Amino acid sequence: MQTAADETISGPHTVLELDVHNHCGVMSHVVGLFARRAYNVEGILVMPAGDGARSRIWLRVHEEARLDQMIKQIAKLEDVFEVRRHGAAHEVFERIEEFFR
Amino acid sequence: MSKSDIETMTGAQIVVRLLERQGVTTIAGIPGGAILPIYDALSQSGRIRHVLARHEQGAGFIAQGMSRATGIPAVCMASSGPGATNLLTAIADAKLDSIPIVAITAQVPRAMIGTDAFQEVDTYGLTVPITKHNFLVGSARELLDVIPRAFRIAASGRPGPVLIDIPKDVQTETAHIFDWPAPGAGEPAAEPSHASITAAAAMIDEAERPMLYLGGGVVHSGASSLAVELAENAGLPTVMTLMALGAMPTDHELSLGMLGMHGARCTNMALEECDLLIAIGARFDDRATGKVSAFCARARIIHVDIDPSELGKIKTAHIGIRGDVRRVLELLLPQVRWQRRDLWLSRVRDLKAMHPLRMPGRDDIRTHYGLIRAVADCIDDEASIVTDVGQHQMWAAQAYPLRRPRQWLSSGGLGTMGFGLPAAIGAALAEPDRTVVCFSGDGSLLMNVQELATAAQEGANVKIVLLDNAALGLVHQQQTLFYGARSFASRYAHHPDFCALARGFGIGAVDLDREDDPHEALRRALTTPGPVLIHASIDQEQQVLPMVAPGAANCEMIGG
Repeated sequence: MQTAADETISGPHTVLELDVHNHCGVMSHVVGLFARRAYNVEGILVMPAGDGARSRIWLRVHEEARLDQMIKQIAKLEDVFEVRRHGAAHEVFERIEEFFR
Repeated sequence: MSKSDIETMTGAQIVVRLLERQGVTTIAGIPGGAILPIYDALSQSGRIRHVLARHEQGAGFIAQGMSRATGIPAVCMASSGPGATNLLTAIADAKLDSIPIVAITAQVPRAMIGTDAFQEVDTYGLTVPITKHNFLVGSARELLDVIPRAFRIAASGRPGPVLIDIPKDVQTETAHIFDWPAPGAGEPAAEPSHASITAAAAMIDEAERPMLYLGGGVVHSGASSLAVELAENAGLPTVMTLMALGAMPTDHELSLGMLGMHGARCTNMALEECDLLIAIGARFDDRATGKVSAFCARARIIHVDIDPSELGKIKTAHIGIRGDVRRVLELLLPQVRWQRRDLWLSRVRDLKAMHPLRMPGRDDIRTHYGLIRAVADCIDDEASIVTDVGQHQMWAAQAYPLRRPRQWLSSGGLGTMGFGLPAAIGAALAEPDRTVVCFSGDGSLLMNVQELATAAQEGANVKIVLLDNAALGLVHQQQTLFYGARSFASRYAHHPDFCALARGFGIGAVDLDREDDPHEALRRALTTPGPVLIHASIDQEQQVLPMVAPGAANCEMIGG
């Protein structure tokens, strides 16, 4: 469980929701944007959505000054249809936390 | 549809047909095992000429030269494994300078991917960070979608390189073609915000000391004449990045030439004084801005770019306008008030008079500046000017009277030594009526010297002007200035005979050092059709000045 103290140490999180083209290269495109800027991704969830032609990727990342630039870079990716930004309170990662205990 | 309308073709034949439909007439590449099906199909094409390079990096830069000269996406090809890895530098270079190319590589057969097969490398993975987009093609049918898309992506919005990796068995797989897709073409950018443009016009009208800062985007969007018109109407002194040189003639009265690390003192000083910076298709590169916090520190900023991620990336703009530069300028021009701006323009004229670019030796052909000016005196603005990377590149950027967009082809963002010769060959192939001058250095030339064979084979009208200082000049300069003059690994202990080297490749050579009348020898070499190497020794201790130390503010210039 993340405590208030952890939040202070690591800073607040943001949850990003991406609608993407479902194919084998899309994860390396998205994650590569973060990796090559030494920007750690704290959580990743991905599953096909709808008929399977698209996937949804959920990312939990630290809120940093560079985040706006990251979101613009994600939006530029050819395989990304849409990026939505949620607050840290979004329940998607909280609900899955029990699998990480 | 009758049965006869259905064509049955292999993936390789589909690739070639789609490239023909795309209007591609020249492809640079090198074959190898995995790409042989495509080469076999290519051999049957009556429309596409294949230019056999001598190294895949050369093929990549030949494609870049074709693309930079024309703005049209150009194609290079390589086989799997080392063929693909050798292309990487040229692809990365295209990414940083937003050059549209389509690179086609072969991959081992699908069933062997991931088995460490002979000449297998993860080309897809390697090219993720250096392409605008990339594809690993899964079937012959997919090619019908992927190839037109690749051209569309390369040419749309901010241009860039796209890679298509095609497994060998996809090349040999057959597919039935019912309909051919339309060729891929660049899509128009979204309409810019009219409200922002109106606000920008008001900001320009109100400014007392505005400056126009043009980047490569102005050239890419074909907006050079509109940018010049804006400068003239609104009375805007204008600076250009390395990528934008030629957008405004450097001898235009409003031009202050190149800004930044090797800009003239007056240029960086005028920027320091400006109260409004109008950045058009420029990305605030560190070589242009110097220490960012000190760059135009008192100025408000209008930033126009087709790529929304550039707005606010380095500097926060007061007005950021996302859109095609040409469209934005079309909308902006009628809204900006005509102004003479006597006070500001006379201040800029004073700065130019007091702190001009100093070009010692400019009238002496046996000096670096003198040679560059002598070349310019022999040819007209129709000639294309290509450079390699190093001191010769910066001297040419400072001293060559560039007057035409796409006249100047230089590796800006990646700064790749070895760019010059193959890019010049590509420019000459794309526009055979032009004379193509390639300013190079003895360090750069050796990095893709094998392409002298390609130049000879194609009879490319490339004039290599080799400024030979027997050193990695910019490295030697930085060691001299910033590392206690400890010159290490930057001066060549062994020195090739470049003229003999050129002749060995079947290319004519002129050694200006040995000519009694070097002007006449230069003129003859530049005006005789076909490839030639013009060699001139340059003093090793000459520096590119002024210089802003890396990380320093642009106002802290050394020399000049």
